[in-house]
Amino acid sequence: MRYLTARKRAEGKGAAHTGTEHHWSMTVSAVALAFMVPTWLYIFGSALGQLQEAVVAIFARPFPAILTALVLVVGMRHFAMGATMMIEDYARGSARKIGIIFAYSLSAVIVATGLFALVKIAI
Amino acid sequence: MVQFTLPKNSKVLTGKTWPKPEGKNVRKFQIYRWSPDDGKNPSVDTYFVDMDKCGPMVLDALIKIKNEIDPTLTFRRSCREGICGSCAMNIDGINTLACIYGLDEIKGDVKIYPLPHMPVIKDLIPDLTHFYAQHASIMPWLETKTNRPAKEWRQSIEDRKKLDGLYECVMCASCSTSCPSYWWNGDKYLGPAALLHAYRWIIDSRDEATGERLDNLEDPFKLYRCHTIMNCAKTCPKGLNPAKAIAEIKKMMVERVV
Repeated sequence: MRYLTARKRAEGKGAAHTGTEHHWSMTVSAVALAFMVPTWLYIFGSALGQLQEAVVAIFARPFPAILTALVLVVGMRHFAMGATMMIEDYARGSARKIGIIFAYSLSAVIVATGLFALVKIAI
Repeated sequence: MVQFTLPKNSKVLTGKTWPKPEGKNVRKFQIYRWSPDDGKNPSVDTYFVDMDKCGPMVLDALIKIKNEIDPTLTFRRSCREGICGSCAMNIDGINTLACIYGLDEIKGDVKIYPLPHMPVIKDLIPDLTHFYAQHASIMPWLETKTNRPAKEWRQSIEDRKKLDGLYECVMCASCSTSCPSYWWNGDKYLGPAALLHAYRWIIDSRDEATGERLDNLEDPFKLYRCHTIMNCAKTCPKGLNPAKAIAEIKKMMVERVV
């Protein structure tokens, strides 16, 4: 039991003076992904069902390789920031902190693995 | 914090069924009851009202029940015309004002609960202390630095029009208590009502604290918990659009940095 006034509870620790960058970053990456993902899916779709050599040849070309790298980096950054938002919505305390660390770590691992594979294919 | 089940002492039980009066036009009301005095779980009592002897609005029926059937039924009411915001409650699954919600808009039994996800003081009365404190925290008054003019602070007709759709809010809390983000993070998230009022003062041409107001709102929880779910706009009994006001604040935040 704490004897805090209603106003003190409402004010909390005050504004963090952050959040706009997150909001703008999510907006920008969403717009970018709206163009990149369909294009990447078209390339991925055209490679589906082909022999491994042909698929490797497609993703070794500059445009598919760079686009794949961009989709990975931008997409995973968007995922990590979006997941952070959801975790903040539904979890508190340590669970929130651990969840956010996990989301960012997962996205970093996916980006690193994807870029490694891409470099191996392209070079 | 998200909660998937009610605590044991909040599980709603079946309550008392009151005698059914004679008449051809009798309607069934199921009303949430809870008293802090008896230590019991909340319950839903069943009342029957002869609609031939009752006014057209939900509040008319509630007043009739209180006056003629069960004087212990507790609810807030005052103006009876949608101006004071006192009688906000969850009627037929919608947060609205009992005084301007017609009984003819409801099909079947009339189910009345207090505003969702708020502490209940008694029966249909939610505790709005935190909600009002959040409203106070956005400084809902004119902030000026310029010396006070000899007469009034002047405002053009065009600038005054910008306040339409904002100043009409009666702080009934229907919007905030319909917002899942406010349910889960109401301790930090200001909610649609307080943010609509914040925007009302931000865009007031006479107010000189725009930057300070935006500074105080720039927070991942105070403002950015709004995920454009739009329940607030759907439920507002005054037909306002708090989600749009929040979006406008976000646009102003972005304009400050980009």
